[in-house]
Amino acid sequence: MAGTTVADPGSGLTPAELAARHGLTVAGQRPSLPAYIRQLWAYRNFIGSYANARVVASFSSSRLGRLWQVLTPLTNAAVYYLIFGVVLNTRGNVPNFIAYLCTGLFVFIYTQTVVSNGVQAITSNLGLIRALNFPRAALPISMTIIQLQNLLASMLVLIGIVLVTGEPITAEWLLVGPALLLQSVFNLGLGLAFARLGSKLPDLKQVMPFVMRTWMYGSAVLYSADLFARHLPEWAARLLHANPMLVYIELMRDALLAEAPLASSSLALWTLGVGWALLFGVGGFVYFWLGEQEYGRG
Amino acid sequence: MAEVTSTAEATATTTGERIPTIVVDDVHVIYRVYGAGTPGTGSPVASLRRLVTGARPGRVREVHAIKGVSFTSYRGEAIGLIGSNGSGKSTMLRAIAGLLPVDRGAIYTMGQPSLLGVNAALMNDLTGERNVELGCLAMGMSKADVRRLTPSIIEFSGINDRGDFASLPMRTYSSGMAARLRFAIAAAKRHDVLLIDEALATGDARFRRRSEKRVRELRGEAGTVFLVSHTINSIRDTCERSIWLESGVIRMDGPTDDVVKEYESFMNSK
Repeated sequence: MAGTTVADPGSGLTPAELAARHGLTVAGQRPSLPAYIRQLWAYRNFIGSYANARVVASFSSSRLGRLWQVLTPLTNAAVYYLIFGVVLNTRGNVPNFIAYLCTGLFVFIYTQTVVSNGVQAITSNLGLIRALNFPRAALPISMTIIQLQNLLASMLVLIGIVLVTGEPITAEWLLVGPALLLQSVFNLGLGLAFARLGSKLPDLKQVMPFVMRTWMYGSAVLYSADLFARHLPEWAARLLHANPMLVYIELMRDALLAEAPLASSSLALWTLGVGWALLFGVGGFVYFWLGEQEYGRG
Repeated sequence: MAEVTSTAEATATTTGERIPTIVVDDVHVIYRVYGAGTPGTGSPVASLRRLVTGARPGRVREVHAIKGVSFTSYRGEAIGLIGSNGSGKSTMLRAIAGLLPVDRGAIYTMGQPSLLGVNAALMNDLTGERNVELGCLAMGMSKADVRRLTPSIIEFSGINDRGDFASLPMRTYSSGMAARLRFAIAAAKRHDVLLIDEALATGDARFRRRSEKRVRELRGEAGTVFLVSHTINSIRDTCERSIWLESGVIRMDGPTDDVVKEYESFMNSK
């Protein structure tokens, strides 16, 4: 039927010919990658205010409001310290265990929440997506920005804990910035990738908590990383040492704590950190962009 | 996005040929719905049996909403889309706006059509003012534009008629107030091709008069207007051409008076 339809009785052209003749474009076509990046840049104000609006909205019904951004990590640290520091005593040979534990915990929770929110970034905003035309990557990006805000609040708590437990302030603290930047790029890519996966596979939402918990145990959050070398075969330990989450956690521990035992050398950590950030940052973005015109379907 | 408005341009080329704004070519749209299975397929045992036997998951169902629709619209036209509930009118508009991908066929558009619906998701926990800001930014406005337009949008919506509601969360609004604010936000922008989904039925009589006036203004600025509505009178008032959709296929396409007459006799005969 398509080939025989005449769109305009006067001209005798097929629809496609008529459209081409007057310079019409296909609706909902995916923009090129550079055009997509330009679009996102044009929507930067929307991304920022959407992130802000989500944070305000999520705390609006609680009495303490945004104080929870600080209280949540504090409570988390207290609970984990009680279980792993006092009851189970996994401190091993770590000198300042509570600071060591909290650093790992907060860095890991940053990635964990980005992933779990990323999976739902598209599916939970279908109304918005079906009503308005904006580059869809704006949604996972603002989710990541929200979690970055939460992490910065956690960092305040962490610095408090680190200072109270008697760590000296050193020049190495300046490395916190670059380490966070690398992890944020990594998270952004991961969030984008999971946003696309989550929009295709609704079941992913149920599976992710288990994946993330396994990942947490493989990232030496609750115990020292040299447990891997002691209890696992050599190849498995090596594999775990390249785990991006372990890398970002160790980078942060290296920057903040004076005597934290590290599984890899500083140089190896930074190389891996940059590598993972580039791989996931670029890969995740391109992967998300490839699905751009499909997100309205749900 | 650049805001290109083509108000001053003629509706035909110098050779007298009409200029098409939207060409819809044999379009099919299919929704895939999860978790809408027949009774009994949702139980854990049934899921397990499907896993073991390798049967197709019965909980994914396809809804063929648009089945091979073709038409062309020209600059300066106002087209009404009518049809009973679930006939595919809103789906058609979303596909034209590029918000919903088509499964087969193609839709060609001039510029970026904008969908003006009353269902645009806004956040209930935020104040009216914040929602205005967010909505405008989502339509691609700049921060300066948003600051400039916010007072007039709130004024137009009339939510402040009964006290300062703009600084209260939207969950405290009546449903009419929320709908009015959504319409006011959506109508604040100028559009090339404008798609209006039931928006004229919003709010009380006073607001309806105001919104109909605004739609006429928007029509003057836009190249083509599509209007989906169950209020036949608003279609008669605004559109000279109408397309009647039924179960995803076009039953009739022509002058509004003829199409509406057929449509009404069809609806009354049931």
